[in-house]
Amino acid sequence: MISKPTAMLLTGNHAVSYGAMLARPKVIPIYPITPQTPIAEKLTELQLSGALEAETMTPESEHSAMAACITASLAGVRVFTATASQGLMLMHEMLHYASGARAPIVMANVNRTIGSPWGFWPDQTDSLAQRDTGWIHYYTESAQESLDTVLQAYRTAEQVSLPAMVIHEAFYVSHSLEVVEVPSHAMVDSYLPPFTPEIMLDPSINRSWGNVVNQEMFWRHRKYLGEAMEQTLEVAAKADAQWKELTGRGYELVEAYRCADAEVIIVTMGSMAGTTREAVDMMRARGLAAGLLKVRLFRPFPVQKLQSLLKGVPRVMIMDRNFSPGLGGVLHQEVKAALYGMKKAPPLYGYLVGVGGLNVSPALIEKLVRRTLREKAEINSIWVGE
Amino acid sequence: MENKANAARYYDIHEEKVFNSGHQACPGCGQALAFRYVLNTMGPETIAVVPPSCAAIISGPQPYSSMRIPVYQTTLEASAASAAGIKRALIARGKEHVHAIAIAGDGGTYDIGFQALSSAAERGEDIIYFCMDNEGYMNTGTQKSSSTPRYAYTTSTPGGKPTKKKNLAEIMAAHQIPYVATATVGFPDDLVRKVKKAKEIKGTRVIIILTPCLDGWGLADNASVKISRLAVFTGIFPLYEVENGVKYTLTHGSDGTPISAYLKPQRRYRHLTAEQIDTIQQEVDEQYDILLRRVKCFA
Ligand SMILES: Cc1ncc(C[n+]2csc(CCOP(=O)(O)OP(=O)(O)O)c2C)c(N)n1
Ligand code: SF4
Ligand SMILES: [Mg+2]
Repeated sequence: MISKPTAMLLTGNHAVSYGAMLARPKVIPIYPITPQTPIAEKLTELQLSGALEAETMTPESEHSAMAACITASLAGVRVFTATASQGLMLMHEMLHYASGARAPIVMANVNRTIGSPWGFWPDQTDSLAQRDTGWIHYYTESAQESLDTVLQAYRTAEQVSLPAMVIHEAFYVSHSLEVVEVPSHAMVDSYLPPFTPEIMLDPSINRSWGNVVNQEMFWRHRKYLGEAMEQTLEVAAKADAQWKELTGRGYELVEAYRCADAEVIIVTMGSMAGTTREAVDMMRARGLAAGLLKVRLFRPFPVQKLQSLLKGVPRVMIMDRNFSPGLGGVLHQEVKAALYGMKKAPPLYGYLVGVGGLNVSPALIEKLVRRTLREKAEINSIWVGE
Repeated sequence: MENKANAARYYDIHEEKVFNSGHQACPGCGQALAFRYVLNTMGPETIAVVPPSCAAIISGPQPYSSMRIPVYQTTLEASAASAAGIKRALIARGKEHVHAIAIAGDGGTYDIGFQALSSAAERGEDIIYFCMDNEGYMNTGTQKSSSTPRYAYTTSTPGGKPTKKKNLAEIMAAHQIPYVATATVGFPDDLVRKVKKAKEIKGTRVIIILTPCLDGWGLADNASVKISRLAVFTGIFPLYEVENGVKYTLTHGSDGTPISAYLKPQRRYRHLTAEQIDTIQQEVDEQYDILLRRVKCFA
């Protein structure tokens, strides 16, 4: 029991575990994979110590873990799980099942390269490949943000009946130690009411889910799912504002940092946002007018917000730590689509940086900003290696 | 052991109305009978998981359901994990008395769902798993599964399946779970008794039910009960139970009827040569002998 907000030295992964513990999930089916394992280990440790009262379940695969998450959620309890990379890939089919069943599961994903070849490096392709699964996707940059976002994710997911993924990168966030303020149980209880769905799998309610439907029913079901996604923009913004009121920490869905009068705005996600913030400060100190736009909520994609923040900006560069072969950087493509047809749309420069976990330093970011100011925009994303 | 004359008496058991008429099985389908015996014995305090299979079709299209209990349709691989998730939630909610069951086909059990089932058994999940074994992927148009017996025609083994049927009952028994049983629709009393027994036990329980498929096996509309009884009397599908992986009990077995009596009425075996029939007979005799020795060993 955490009786008052407590500063602890935690890795990003352990911060996630504390966030999950504070949400009081009742069932936790989980399967280990590097670099997610510390999340699972901390949870089982907390459970053994009595700090967490939950059924932990150790199935043979992530596919089964997610299968159990879905039914436990539909049977009326809050659930949590975590995975990474290959595990997320194996879950793919079940991710669709989860959103289709409107199960408000919260899952942490630690971004790691997908084989082959085998690797363990931070790369966002694993979660970005799940963008059409009907999950809410949050990308976080620090241990504190990951903890806070797990709780915001529950608050949001349960209001819109959609599953939510909280995503941070391997090692840069997952294994880096930071001082994290862990909120008290009482604070979290006031923020996150018990999960008590009206409809659930229970003989006394006697409702079923998943039987075959006709085309019209399927169409309607997808449309409702889309409406819930749209609603999520507002619900998630409110959940963030309420969290800020309670703890003093808010992150917004899209954060604009020193974007006023910027000659170049850098759009990115995850740990690169933290590095970019440093780089922006350094560049501004040298008179280079750069700003950061951090996309924290990737699904639903905050199109209007991006439009209003990027309208009329002289140049926008997008940094992608992921790669969609045959197309380029995923965020680059999404931003392009979001701004298409907009009046005073900025020229976009897409950079494939940090793919495969390459380090993206403030110096590299400055170099790219200078290049962006110098060169003409190109349609395709450009490969960058240090 | 029951003799033939005795077994012919009509079926008379107490039923709770959980399974309804108006379901979508082919008229005469053996599996519909299994649904009735299983569900009406399980009773209303039950939640079922069903993967894609004929069982999913029998469950009925939204917004209808042939079952008066909550049913969740999962993916083909995940039945055991999905049922376990339900049970864990029920435990967390203090509703442990409600049963979580899975009703899956042989493809969803012997093949693609096996990994999840094996793990659930190893973890001792408190579920009852019913495998509706029609010895092939019927929902997708009769392809082979690892439950398809040797030489049987399927659309993916048009020359007859060259390999043996996987012995799932033995594999599950080797998990040393509290209860594994085989059953079939031609022996409703036996099936119902096994479901009742499973209900009283805690932990992972698996009942494999031979459910003849009219279309997939090439049977007359009224033949499913008869053929399921022949499967037992010829010894190709003996009815037994295994408790904790060691205590074997034969409930109905071979009366010496030659295997040809079972093979002949089925279109899937129409192409068999006399030699192939002999091979099947030999394999059946061998397997049956092994089973009898196991039973004796633990008597
Ligand atoms: C991952 C996946 N692969 C393939 C399918 C297609 N599929 C649906 S039902 C089925 C066959 C199931 O066979 P079985 O479990 O024996 O059930 P039956 O149809 O015979 O009742 C298959 C292959 C699927 N639904 N999911
Ligand atoms: S295809 Fe076979 S198993 Fe499926 S409903 Fe028809 S008879 Fe029954
Ligand atoms: Mg089958």
